[in-house]
Amino acid sequence: MDIAAILIPLLPLLSFVIIGLTSKHIGHKLSGAIATAAILTSLALSLVVAKEYFFDLGRVNGAYAPHIAFNFRWLTFNSSLGIDLGAILDPISVMMLVVVTSISSMVHIYSFGYMHGEERFKNYYSYLSLFTFSMLGLVLSINIFQMYIFWELVGVSSFLLIGFYFTKQSAIAAAKKAFIVTRFADLGFLIGILVLGFGAESFDIASINERLTAAGSIQMLGMKSVTFLGLSSLTWGALLVFMGAAGKSAMFPLHIWLPDAMEGPTPVSALIHAATMVVAGVYLVARLFPIYSISAPEALHFIAYVGVFTAVFAAIIATTQNDIKRVLAFSTLSQIGYMMFAIGVAGWGPEQSEGFTGSMFHLFTHAFFKALLFLGAGVVIHAIHSNDMTDMGGLRKMLPITNAMFLIACLAIAGIPPFAGFFSKEAILNAAYHSDKLIFGLGVFASGLTAFYMFRLYFNIFWSRPATDHHNHEKGSAAMIVPLVILGVGSVFAGFIPFGEFVSADGKPVELVVHLGFSILPVCVAAAGILVAYVLYFKKNDRPDKIAASLGGLYKAVSNKFYIDEVYLFVTKKVIFPFIGRPAAWFDRNVVDGAIQQSGLVTEKLSGSIKQLQSGKLQSYTMYFLGGAILLAALLIFKFL
Amino acid sequence: MEMIPLAHILVLSTMLFFIGVFGFFTRRNMITMLMSIELILNSVNINFIAFNKYLYPDQLEGVFFTLFVIAIAAAEVTVAIAIIINLYRKFSTVDMDEADTLKH
Repeated sequence: MDIAAILIPLLPLLSFVIIGLTSKHIGHKLSGAIATAAILTSLALSLVVAKEYFFDLGRVNGAYAPHIAFNFRWLTFNSSLGIDLGAILDPISVMMLVVVTSISSMVHIYSFGYMHGEERFKNYYSYLSLFTFSMLGLVLSINIFQMYIFWELVGVSSFLLIGFYFTKQSAIAAAKKAFIVTRFADLGFLIGILVLGFGAESFDIASINERLTAAGSIQMLGMKSVTFLGLSSLTWGALLVFMGAAGKSAMFPLHIWLPDAMEGPTPVSALIHAATMVVAGVYLVARLFPIYSISAPEALHFIAYVGVFTAVFAAIIATTQNDIKRVLAFSTLSQIGYMMFAIGVAGWGPEQSEGFTGSMFHLFTHAFFKALLFLGAGVVIHAIHSNDMTDMGGLRKMLPITNAMFLIACLAIAGIPPFAGFFSKEAILNAAYHSDKLIFGLGVFASGLTAFYMFRLYFNIFWSRPATDHHNHEKGSAAMIVPLVILGVGSVFAGFIPFGEFVSADGKPVELVVHLGFSILPVCVAAAGILVAYVLYFKKNDRPDKIAASLGGLYKAVSNKFYIDEVYLFVTKKVIFPFIGRPAAWFDRNVVDGAIQQSGLVTEKLSGSIKQLQSGKLQSYTMYFLGGAILLAALLIFKFL
Repeated sequence: MEMIPLAHILVLSTMLFFIGVFGFFTRRNMITMLMSIELILNSVNINFIAFNKYLYPDQLEGVFFTLFVIAIAAAEVTVAIAIIINLYRKFSTVDMDEADTLKH
């Protein structure tokens, strides 16, 4: 099991290196085959690891204990402080291994069809391998600095893949935006790491968790006694780490990069910007969950409110977008908001850990149906050559399998039983109900909106107009259809996994009960959302336009994403550039550069004046030599003798 | 036998040394400059022998040193002559001031 756990991330790395080094000599098909073979092997290994961990070796005395598969002292600062590299197996990391490798395998296979004929096909597969390696490394990290390294690596591979079509101006801008926004958030993450690491006197995640939560531990008391603006340094550290998590997971107000990231190829959006990388923030909070729940509950409340706000906010925007990938992007924001507030309402201990389990459960199921939605959207875009849903309609005969799979995914994300999303959403809402009624209400509202905009999308793509084109476009693209079907099966059945048995905050099983009485409200709300979408969009009519017109300014504000991008532009262009950037640039050019240039000028002048000494005349040189020798002799005689 | 006082010998070697230095500085002919260097070396040799004789008459280090200096001087002459011949081929003269292309 240990060797398998190490091989899982290393195989994609190997594939990245091989494709990267030999890309001039091997063909497109072979490079894709290498990457796909590597990820399929990783998938098989992670399934083996998951089976062994969950069913044989992981359970110690009725609870799942973390298992260190590999540990290596990388940097040593002193006897007690160093940075380790290693691989940890515990319920959430094993679960993430399975999610990342399975979604990544599907995307690798799918890309054979979607990226066919692309000039930079080989680069694409090497970037995919790099991303998969980084994400798996992030998941397995035992040390918070190791996590930070892989955290940045996934950021880089995301940047490379968003900017894959780098001849398009918008793709370049989107890649830069994603990188800068997440980097800005990572600044907070880094400071948070340093605060927590300084307080806990360790960078090892397990020791940080232990030292900062144990009752009466010196480190925790030390951190709690230092306060800044009314919050203890422990809370500040937790909040700063959450800032990094919010950047990667695109929580409000750092969400602005994710919708633009849809400039990348659609399979990339499915893998990175829907199923895996963007949930890294949730994973990070889950990794440090003991600190949040026991020592910094204020930070956890903050996470809950940020999460639920993002869930509602993004769902509202999603109802007005016309670009199908952007609808899915805002839907991703909203669903990650769900995971965040679920973890935010959770607590330590068996009764309150339902939110934690629900969050991880939703992460798991969301990966399947959201990847399915994106890959389905990719098939549609591939067939229509447009992202705009106003260009679509009546595609049900043209893309029958995609139609069916898309419907399954929409039902799953809307939370209709018995599809996967129902179970995880139920667990989340149940946890919210027992913790905070306001969050619960907003969560139910967002779930209604989710059902509405997903079915708005579905009806606009596949219905809305009569199916005129009876020619089946799916023939001959098995590489794209097979992953859809596999993910469709996952979206139907993933909910039946007894998730509470396996994943919980403290490793002990949690009972996830579906109360029939409790489920009625969310399901009815979701059904109402579907019904409204059906009335408005099933057949083309003028009702949506009338509603939009009657809402006037509000509709405009929502469809412009509440002008958040414009606010950012205003702040950067009108405040940061003239008042911070320009003075800093002036200081750099005139003071810093000036000092350097002055010292250069002095050297130049001095050397110009003394270079006349080098006359090329041997005898003048010997004169200097003699003078020097006489001087030394005089010194020796009169000074030292 | 009455010995010549050490001071006389030192005066001789000093004179020889400065004659060599003077020649080295004033002559422009490279052969002459080489001969001046030989004078300087010989003044050193005289000093070695004199000090050996007057201070440590039962030892021979000074004499050995002198032999080494003579051997090295011979080697140095061959190298110097080779350089001079090459310079002559390049500049068609043995005048030191003509060979000043290595200046700033």
